[in-house]
Amino acid sequence: MPEFVKDVFAAPWFPYAVALIYAAVLMGFMLVNAIFSVWLERKVSGRIQDRLGPTRVGGKFGWLQTLADGMKLLVKEDIIPKSADHLMFRMGPYIALAGSYMAFLALPFGYLVVAQDMNIAIFYMLAVMSTEVFGIILAGYGSGSKWSLFGGMREAAQMVSYEVPMAICVLVPVIVAGSMNLTVIANKQQWLWQWLVFNDPFTFIAFLTYFTCATASCKRAPFDLAEAESELVAGFHTEYSGFRWLVLFMAEYGSMFAVSGIASLLFLGGWGLGFGEMVDHFTLLIGADLAIYVGNLINVIVFMLKGWTLVFVMMWVRWTLPRLRIDQVMMVCLKYLLPISCVLLMGVSVWRLMVPHIVQDWFRFGLLALCVGFVAMLVKQWFTWASAPPGSAMPGMWRMTKVTGYQGAQKQ
Amino acid sequence: MDSILNNLPVFLFWCIATLTALCAIAVVVSQNIVRSATWLLFALGGTSAIFFLLGADFVGATQLLVYVGGTLVLVIFGVMLTAQGPFINMKTSIAEWAISGVVGLLLLGVLVVSIYSVGKPAPKGDVATYAPQQRLSVFNQNSSKNTNDGAKNSQYADAIGLGFLGVGVGPAHHNPNPLKDGEPRVVRMNYLLPFEIVSVHLLVVLIGAAYLARAKRRRRVEA
Repeated sequence: MPEFVKDVFAAPWFPYAVALIYAAVLMGFMLVNAIFSVWLERKVSGRIQDRLGPTRVGGKFGWLQTLADGMKLLVKEDIIPKSADHLMFRMGPYIALAGSYMAFLALPFGYLVVAQDMNIAIFYMLAVMSTEVFGIILAGYGSGSKWSLFGGMREAAQMVSYEVPMAICVLVPVIVAGSMNLTVIANKQQWLWQWLVFNDPFTFIAFLTYFTCATASCKRAPFDLAEAESELVAGFHTEYSGFRWLVLFMAEYGSMFAVSGIASLLFLGGWGLGFGEMVDHFTLLIGADLAIYVGNLINVIVFMLKGWTLVFVMMWVRWTLPRLRIDQVMMVCLKYLLPISCVLLMGVSVWRLMVPHIVQDWFRFGLLALCVGFVAMLVKQWFTWASAPPGSAMPGMWRMTKVTGYQGAQKQ
Repeated sequence: MDSILNNLPVFLFWCIATLTALCAIAVVVSQNIVRSATWLLFALGGTSAIFFLLGADFVGATQLLVYVGGTLVLVIFGVMLTAQGPFINMKTSIAEWAISGVVGLLLLGVLVVSIYSVGKPAPKGDVATYAPQQRLSVFNQNSSKNTNDGAKNSQYADAIGLGFLGVGVGPAHHNPNPLKDGEPRVVRMNYLLPFEIVSVHLLVVLIGAAYLARAKRRRRVEA
């Protein structure tokens, strides 16, 4: 190792330079995530609505569309309504972004690939994401318009209410794993049958409940009363244009990835593909020095893909299901999800303590077999479904068998 | 620059404390009530930052969750929904400024005196040998963490959890009733009783809130 590297490592400013690098990397990831998520949203919404989405900017798939959007938003005129409270109007989006960004501090992307390996990582993330509510409230109130105020109030009530069942559902895998440290929880799920989602029926339902609560706390449809275009113009971000809107949506997509990341770490095996720790496998293949880099790189990529898959599921749900009314939203939280999560908490404690180990193991493998069978059935259906009558099929659908009489859409 | 880097915790403390104090002053001075609540948000966030700086991650996160995510949201709701008009302003009279200034200065005096008198005299006797840091070594995986650095050891939320359940993790005291063979027993403080009191307190608050928010039955009107 060259001499100057040792000097750098021993310098008093080295830990702080490392901290700055972590902060910059996380910010860069948040920005890239926002760019990718906006593009993904437009493509997914397009395909679900039987159209193509952006196809012009940057090639066939329009992947530079968000860059063009970003440039447009940067040069847009910065309009502040006359009756707005200047300080709160300006502060709101940045508080929301700060809350979302702070959550990434404790989110591990791989084994110890984390900015700060906290012993209370999941608790910290929940606490910090609850400060995002304040940004929404300030944005809604400070805009000085009725649409924003109603949107902001509804949104704050919804986010705050859904934090309770979300925290209880997060406790369920924490009880099973025995630690609040996300690295430790994900490290216990190295093989596919060890994934906590298959561990017991209560954890399985907790995954679904957690995902519902997370969707609601990110104010995504079907819980997006705050941004309801058909009701409130645009809710709390009615008066925001240009860069401030971009900051609010960076916070939203950042939160979406953060809660998806938490879901995959707690329930879906984190950064593992399901057949053991990648670094160990590569150590056998190519030796320990190189295996650390390759293994961790694969872990990080797998974690990001899992996070983005869950984000894709959120988008899929958004463009499929209709919106809930605000009283339905609160009723779902308080009358259904909260009792369900309390029952899950009690159930998982009883399961861990009183159910014999042989039953636990049988259940784990049984549930895994059921899920694998279900996924296999879905895949088989995708490849063999050709039952659409001729002339009625949508263009672009997966088609592996010929259907007579249908020529497909003509390329223009 | 070097002195800043060598004493970064102290430098950060001064920055965060100054910002928190300025925000706290702004809470009192600001005339728009929603802006007061916003400055209160930053003051509470600054307190949480000081907790994180001291290494008490659990307490800092709890501060954020309870105060910022819960209490302050409630305060904002109450303030916004009970204001008579948008962006209402409050005017405080000179007499109110005088009284509150005197009370504030008295409180400041009490706090400063008590802060400077903590920690002296240094603890004497063999109670000091049963320092909590040594007890926490059961949670450490390798012995290199067995330091007297309270900040490092306080990162383990396991100790707090066990303390709530009755396992002693606090400072040691001599038991006034030693065992029969004359050896003095060391008794540790635990947090079981405060935990139970807070739980009952929260239960009472829940019941009270549910009672206050119940839908009142309409009285039958005698025709």
